[in-house]
Amino acid sequence: MIPAAFDYHRPRDMAGVLDILETYGDDARVLAGGHSLIPMMKLRMAEVPHLIDLQDVNGLGGIEIGNGTIVIGAMTTQNEIIQSDALAAAAPIMRETSLQIADPQVRSMGTLGGNVANGDPGNDMPALMQCLNADFTLVSASGERTVAARDYYEGPYMTKRGDDEVLTAVSFAAPEGGHAYVKQKRKIGDYATAAAAVQIVREGDACSRASIAMTNLGDTPILSAGASAALAGTAVGQQDIHAATTAMLGDTEPVEDNRGPVDFKRHVAAVILRRAIELAWSRS
Amino acid sequence: MPKTIKITMTVNDSTAEFEAEPRELLIHSLRNRLDITGPHIGCETSHCGACTVTLDGKSVKSCTVFVGQANGADVRTIEGLGTPDSLHSLQEAFREHHGLQCGYCTPGMIMRAAKLLEEIPNPTEEEVRFGMAGNICRCTGYQNIVKSIMAAARDMNEEGEVAQ
Ligand SMILES: Cc1cc2nc3c(=O)[nH]c(=O)nc-3n(C[C@H](O)[C@H](O)[C@H](O)COP(=O)(O)OP(=O)(O)OC[C@H]3O[C@@H](n4cnc5c(N)ncnc54)[C@H](O)[C@@H]3O)c2cc1C
Ligand code: FES
Ligand code: FES
Repeated sequence: MIPAAFDYHRPRDMAGVLDILETYGDDARVLAGGHSLIPMMKLRMAEVPHLIDLQDVNGLGGIEIGNGTIVIGAMTTQNEIIQSDALAAAAPIMRETSLQIADPQVRSMGTLGGNVANGDPGNDMPALMQCLNADFTLVSASGERTVAARDYYEGPYMTKRGDDEVLTAVSFAAPEGGHAYVKQKRKIGDYATAAAAVQIVREGDACSRASIAMTNLGDTPILSAGASAALAGTAVGQQDIHAATTAMLGDTEPVEDNRGPVDFKRHVAAVILRRAIELAWSRS
Repeated sequence: MPKTIKITMTVNDSTAEFEAEPRELLIHSLRNRLDITGPHIGCETSHCGACTVTLDGKSVKSCTVFVGQANGADVRTIEGLGTPDSLHSLQEAFREHHGLQCGYCTPGMIMRAAKLLEEIPNPTEEEVRFGMAGNICRCTGYQNIVKSIMAAARDMNEEGEVAQ
C-alpha cells in the first residue's frame, strides 16, 4: 500500500500553490486532509507526480458568521465544524451532517474543502451544500471566481473546477427553518447507501418553502426541485411527503453496487427522505 | 532514485531526525525507522484504528498520513503514555476490566481513548461508543473496552479532585 513516488511541496501561501499548479499543470494536485486522496494514491488509482500540501497556507481556515452569511475556510476540518457552537447555532445541519461522516480520526483530518472539491458522489457535504445553495470560491493565477454548489458537479470526480484552481472557501446564507440530515449506512464510518439533506420553512401551519438534496443516488449530488415543490404550500401531511419522495425518486438514478440493488436503494432513499422531512418539519 | 527529504519530528518528547521519501507512511516511519512498534498495522486502509497516534493534538490514523505531512509535527504513541512500572489510568483499567484479549487493537484503542477523555472527561457510555467508532476490535465484543474507558474516566476524575 505504497503510492507511486512524488515530489512533495509545502508552500506557505496561495501564491506559492498557484505557482506550482501553473508550472506542473495536471501533474500537480493539492492535498488537504488526505483522507480521500491518500487512499486513492495507495491503491494507485490516483498518481500525483507533484503533491502540494495546503497545511501551511495562510487564510484557508476559520468559520466566519455575520450579517446572515456564513463563510467557512476550505481547510476547516469536520471536527472543527462539529466543535463550533456558533456554527451549530447558525446552521445546525452542518454539525448534524459532520457527525455522520466517517469516524473521529478521519474527521480530525478530513476537511470541508476536500469533501466538496473531491467530486465523489459518496461524500456527504456536496448534497448539503446544494440544499443550502452554497457558493464555492475558486482561485487561480488569473483571479477569483464563484461557482454555485448547484452547478459545480458534473459527474464522478468531474467538477467545474479547473486543474489550476484551488477552492478557498464555502459560503452560504444562514439557513432558515427546520433542518435534518438523515443517512442510511451499512455500518458506522461508511459512506451513504442514501442520505437526505432537508431545510423546511414553516409559515403558520404550512410549509412556505423547502430545499431537498440527496447523497449517493447518482453520479453527482442531486438537488430535487420536484421534491421541494411537492411540499411548498402544504401542511406536510403523509400524502405530501409521499408526493415529495415520489418526485425525488424521479430525479435520482442509483446503480447497483456493494451497497445493494437498485430497488433496495430506491426503497431506502424514500424511507430516508420521509424521515428527514418529518424531522425537519418537527424542528421548523 | 526517488527524492528523499529531511524529516524532523518530536516523538514522545524526543526529537527524531531522518531522511525519507515523502510518500512513506507515518506508521512505517514509526515502526520501521524509529522502532516504535506500539502503533500496529491492522488494515493499512484507514478503517481499523490500530495505527492511531496523536498528531499535533489530534487523533489520527497514521497509515493515512504521509511522513512529509508530519514533518515538524509532535507525535505521541502508546510508548509515551505510561511505563510498565507506572501505568496510565487507561492501561490500568484495561488490565483490570479485561479490555483486551489478543491485544492487537489495544495501543490504538488506548491512544484514541486518551484523546477522547481529554475531549469529554466525563463521557456517557454512548459517548464512549461514538467516540471510539474508528477503532475495531476482533476479540472483545467491545463491552469490556467500554467498561475500561468508563472506569478510567472515573479514576482520572477522582485523581483530579484529590489533586485539587
Ligand atoms: C474510512 C473513511 C471513511 C469515510 N467516510 C466518509 C463518509 O461517510 N462521508 C464522507 O463524506 N466522506 C467520508 N470519507 C472521506 C473523508 O471525509 C475525506 O477526508 C474527505 O472527503 C476529503 O477531505 P480531505 O481534506 O481529506 O481531502 P483530500 O483527500 O486531501 O483531497 C480530496 C480531493 O480534493 C482535492 N482538494 C482538496 N482540497 C482542495 C481545495 N482546497 N481546492 C481544490 N481541490 C482540493 C484534492 O486534490 C483531492 O483530489 C471517509 C474517509 C475514510 C478514510
Ligand atoms: S492500520 Fe491504519 S486504520 Fe488500520
Ligand atoms: S483484543 Fe484482539 S483485536 Fe482487540
